[in-house]
Amino acid sequence: MSKDNSILEELTSKEYEHGWSVNYEADEAPIGLNEDIIRWISAKKEEPQWLLEWRLKAFRTWLTMTEPEWANVHYPKIDLQALRYYSAPKQIKKSKNLDEVDPELIAIYERLGISLNEQKRLQGIAVDAVLDSVSVATTFRGTLSKLGIVFCSFSEAVKEYPELIQKYLGSVVPMTDNYYAALNSAVFSDGSFCYIPKGVRCPMELSTYFRINAANTGQFERTLIVADDESYVSYLEGCTAPSRDENQLHAAVVEIYAGTHAQVKYSTVQNWYPGDKEGKGGIYNFVTKRGICAGDHSKISWTQVETGSAVTWKYPSCILKGDYSIGEFYSVAVTNNYQQADTGTKMIHIGKNTKSRIVSKGISAGKSQNSYRGQVQVMKRADNARNFSQCDSLLMGDRCGAHTFPYIDINNPSAKVEHEATTSKIGEDQIFYCNQRGIATEDAVALIVNGYAKEVLNQLPMEFAVEAQKLLALTLEGSVG
Amino acid sequence: MLSIKNLHASIEGNEILRGINLEVKAGEIHAIMGPNGSGKSTLASVLAGREEYEVTEGEVTFKGKDLLDLAPEDRAREGVFLAFQYPVEIPGVSSTNFLRTAVNQVREYRGLEPLDAVKFLTLMKEKMKLVEIDQKLLSRSLNEGFSGGEKKRNEIFQMAMLEPTLSILDETDSGLDIDALRIVSNGVNQLKSEKTATIVVTHYQRLLDYIVPDFVHVLYKGRIVKSGTKELAMELEEKGYDWIKEEVDSQATV
Repeated sequence: MSKDNSILEELTSKEYEHGWSVNYEADEAPIGLNEDIIRWISAKKEEPQWLLEWRLKAFRTWLTMTEPEWANVHYPKIDLQALRYYSAPKQIKKSKNLDEVDPELIAIYERLGISLNEQKRLQGIAVDAVLDSVSVATTFRGTLSKLGIVFCSFSEAVKEYPELIQKYLGSVVPMTDNYYAALNSAVFSDGSFCYIPKGVRCPMELSTYFRINAANTGQFERTLIVADDESYVSYLEGCTAPSRDENQLHAAVVEIYAGTHAQVKYSTVQNWYPGDKEGKGGIYNFVTKRGICAGDHSKISWTQVETGSAVTWKYPSCILKGDYSIGEFYSVAVTNNYQQADTGTKMIHIGKNTKSRIVSKGISAGKSQNSYRGQVQVMKRADNARNFSQCDSLLMGDRCGAHTFPYIDINNPSAKVEHEATTSKIGEDQIFYCNQRGIATEDAVALIVNGYAKEVLNQLPMEFAVEAQKLLALTLEGSVG
Repeated sequence: MLSIKNLHASIEGNEILRGINLEVKAGEIHAIMGPNGSGKSTLASVLAGREEYEVTEGEVTFKGKDLLDLAPEDRAREGVFLAFQYPVEIPGVSSTNFLRTAVNQVREYRGLEPLDAVKFLTLMKEKMKLVEIDQKLLSRSLNEGFSGGEKKRNEIFQMAMLEPTLSILDETDSGLDIDALRIVSNGVNQLKSEKTATIVVTHYQRLLDYIVPDFVHVLYKGRIVKSGTKELAMELEEKGYDWIKEEVDSQATV
């Protein structure tokens, strides 16, 4: 026990690596939330009338909604009137030519290890860099457009591809879906849009890197991915924020549409600032992510490695509408100190012969609380639906908690649904065994945790997997004696 | 190489070791025998640095260093190896990955370059032959679903890979059939050199037919109550431990 404590103390002195911030001259909305603010944002972005109407409708609906309280997380009420809903660096130019992007902004991303220079960049990943409320730059647009692939910031998409946006925006996550999705629909400022035309296999990983920089500002961005019939895309999402004493709100919406025989793989490595060792500060990460397998034989696969945020509330889901469509959810959620995570998935089987697979690995350390919440729903028409769920929890120390809330709702007798769950503790025996072979305790924990999460980490694209492994080790550094 | 003086150790307030004295020199094999509960495994654990045991008195020096002052991983890096009685399972971590981490951390401590993948695999192939271990076993999760014999063989394989100066085999013979016993012992014998020493902790004489000890010590109630050569082990095999218990207990009452 004594060693446990001393190592825990050591851990808590560990700095969050991306906790710095820069000063930029900001173009920002006044603090507060009302219709004027929404009009202000929409005007700032030179949006068409229909989008403003859409936002206002979302806002008016939101006013009638109440904050959900069913999640197993506890935090003081957020004063949404005390937030700023738009903050962007003044240097942002209208032109998105990479050469014209302010070097200061590029430097922010360089410091995060994200190069926006296409030459320097490892081939194979295109990035949309979102800073606070705006997209700073999108790389490889030219290369991708030759294949007919659209990859750009949401704001540009609204201007350049209005028919696509109008068709798909809110088609998977309706504006009225839930409290935070409605709020997002009203005030979202930017995000990424991607369209893969029929029959095209996207030759590189597409990614969005979200960075919060400004204080007292919420980040509300939307990602919309449309994979037309017989296309394939792998999408990555990364996120970090400065260490601040105040909690900050991040309420995003991600929508994925997959046509017939289309495949979308969406991977997240979430590393928002988790708050300090006393539980002060950190990001509230209230995100709605949903994909629809609209066409037959389509597939959507979510992989997430959640290491950051003070409070996470997130359930990437799949609507399996097409016959023979497949939904997958692979998750590793790590909580330490006072972090709280309530995360999981929803698999809604509508089509015949649909399949879903859920692999959730929770890791709790410190005084954190980690919940898996998952729903498997099989509709009347969904003959021969199959689901397999595996929910494992790993506990480190004796002051944390792991919870599993599986919901199963079956309306078709031919469904086969399996659920497996385990809870284990990192044993002192395992650590001692590693020590006895010359492996230091920190490395032993990393080894054991990575072994535990292997099935999920294997789903990540190569470079991301290495990042994720390091991040897991870093988040848990010193949490076991 | 190893010098234990008046070692006392306890767990949760119960004193298990009550004054152990033992000198082990390079090139020697010592067998520690004794009835159940005499403290054999505790001695092995204390030497390896298991947290739960508290050393209350005495000293242990290893190659001139205060062993008790070193963290368990540093003891391993200095060359102390414990073959576990119950090897631990680590799901999702292959033996290969585990050993590569271990070998390179030990090498770093000793001021050596880490082995790259090719050199590591070459070393592994070489050592695999020594303990007759199958490649397939090494790509599986460490000890997970291994049979008793496979686990013990894997321990000896790890020992071969880490090249310790002092090996402590804790009841390595338990749960082994005769063939596995032969293979494991072969491995241990081949790894033996003038520069290394071995402590074999065992309840039965059987293992000592294969690994021939230079000295045999009988542990009872946390003390070494009798020392001798291989013949002592034979005598124990024949007569059991009762006569020693009686001898010791009668002395204690005097």
